[in-house]
Amino acid sequence: MANRTDLKAGITPAVTAPRAARPGEFFERHFGYLLPLPAALSIALLIIFPLAFNVYMSLQTWFVSSATPPKFVGLRNFVEIFGKDARFWNSMWITAEFTVVTVLLELVLGLLIAVYLHRDFRGRGVVRTVMLLPMVSTPVAVALIWVIMFNPSLGILNYLLSLLGLKPLLWLGHPQTALPSLIFMDVWKWTPFMVLILHAGLQSLPLTPFEAALIDGASRWQLFRYVTLPLLRPTVAVALIFRTMDSLKTFDTIYVMTEGGPNNASEVLNIYVFQTGFKYFHIGYASALAVILIIFVFAVNLLLIRVRERSWSY
Amino acid sequence: MELLRVEGRARPVSKIAATAGYYAGVVGICIPFVFVFLWMVMGALKTQVQNTAYPPLWIFAPTLENFRKVFVANHFWMFIQNSIIVSGGATLVALALGLPAAHAIARYRQRGIALGILVARMAPHLSYVVPFFILFQRLGWIDTYLCMILSHLVITLPIVVWIMIGAFEDVPLELEEAARIDGCSRWRVFTRISLPVCRTALATAIILSFIFSWNNFIFALILTGPERRTLPVAVFNFITSDEIDWGGLSAAATLITLPILLLILLVQRHIVRGLTAGGLKE
Repeated sequence: MANRTDLKAGITPAVTAPRAARPGEFFERHFGYLLPLPAALSIALLIIFPLAFNVYMSLQTWFVSSATPPKFVGLRNFVEIFGKDARFWNSMWITAEFTVVTVLLELVLGLLIAVYLHRDFRGRGVVRTVMLLPMVSTPVAVALIWVIMFNPSLGILNYLLSLLGLKPLLWLGHPQTALPSLIFMDVWKWTPFMVLILHAGLQSLPLTPFEAALIDGASRWQLFRYVTLPLLRPTVAVALIFRTMDSLKTFDTIYVMTEGGPNNASEVLNIYVFQTGFKYFHIGYASALAVILIIFVFAVNLLLIRVRERSWSY
Repeated sequence: MELLRVEGRARPVSKIAATAGYYAGVVGICIPFVFVFLWMVMGALKTQVQNTAYPPLWIFAPTLENFRKVFVANHFWMFIQNSIIVSGGATLVALALGLPAAHAIARYRQRGIALGILVARMAPHLSYVVPFFILFQRLGWIDTYLCMILSHLVITLPIVVWIMIGAFEDVPLELEEAARIDGCSRWRVFTRISLPVCRTALATAIILSFIFSWNNFIFALILTGPERRTLPVAVFNFITSDEIDWGGLSAAATLITLPILLLILLVQRHIVRGLTAGGLKE
């Protein structure tokens, strides 16, 4: 096995490659292609199968419970979704609101905290662990704890409000506060992610621009605004892309805390797809919604990646 | 860093005060993030009466009754076992498929596969649920470890590949070339040189892959029945009963969180890089 043909001049293989070593030889020669083959096939299956299935099913009408096979209806599901389905448009709007508000709040808070923590102090390791916990903890588990804390009559949050002399809120139970409550929880869970990324970004910044600005008499605010922020832009871009990608995927916490309610006031597209498929068992329609979801998510992500590539070389 | 170290002429007393103020700020920042977990553990140690007291109790006689109940009445051992098998299995398969792929992407420029992985990373899980459900139902695989492990590859494979691409790229080329000249086959270079060099990244990949599979709710929700249910669904079921058992719920939530805490303590330095693998490139 040891002797290979690509050993360069001067070192002659002691034995010319024996015929018996064929399989190994083949593997060696096409190594770069054979090595990733299993993963490539599984990835292709994992991407192509669901996509193809959703596209195929989106052109049918079919209920899981029905005895009849799926019936081809062409684009009727899409016509209905875009033309008549107020619940769909509501869910699109809520998805947009949820994503934009959570990501921006997390970015701003994350930036503030990251800058604050950007200094040598004892206990940095502890702070890092504290920051890691919310984002790696099981969404269902923490969401349920938040349900307990949001409880209108016995929950700790209304108790804290009462200490401040404020009126209790219905939190998840009222159409007007349900989505803000979910956003509140998401900000709690994911701000640490922004903090950790931006903090790592801050630490990798070169010192020279700061020294130069200090010599020129820049104030702290000027330093932050004209040196730190522009230098940090690539990190911010990455953080934004990752957070948006995952915020668009949010399902567990919303499903556990409100199931999209009350009155669909917190029903993001993810929840709507799920309800259509697994509450009403309307598979064709759910697949059509899933196709729209896929296109929507990829459009947003590609747009962000594009913008990032543009602003990368400033 | 310079930004916050501008003050240099301050007097000692005010300097001490400033430091104290700074630490107070750090503690203030940490409180909301810690509090939820503190409240969870406290809830797990309270009786139902203590849990539903108003105003909320801060000091109480702790009880382990909730944990006992969770294990005795709720088959929790079975769900823990299911979760470990599914997350462990999905991580192992992801390693078997993903490590060679990551090495090939890093060394043989298989960018197409990297793109495919990125697509899988972006795809919303809700686009998988209907196809997976119908497929596994037809195959009669619903409520089996097999369908759970296969579906969890959607989560674990991208994590393993993205983290390991970066790690394999950082292995010095000279090291691999030296091994080649000494007569190592390409496969042996991969297994005996590159992999051991990347063991930190490997540990991060394994732990993150395990955690995110462990946390996953939606696939278990639609693909398992009572037999192969994993922990997140088991915990969720505490809320579907008429009267919410706050103590049992908190105890279950504590139990599902504990292993995660232990795992991240092992690799916490590397997790941030791991979470944004593929994104942060100098």
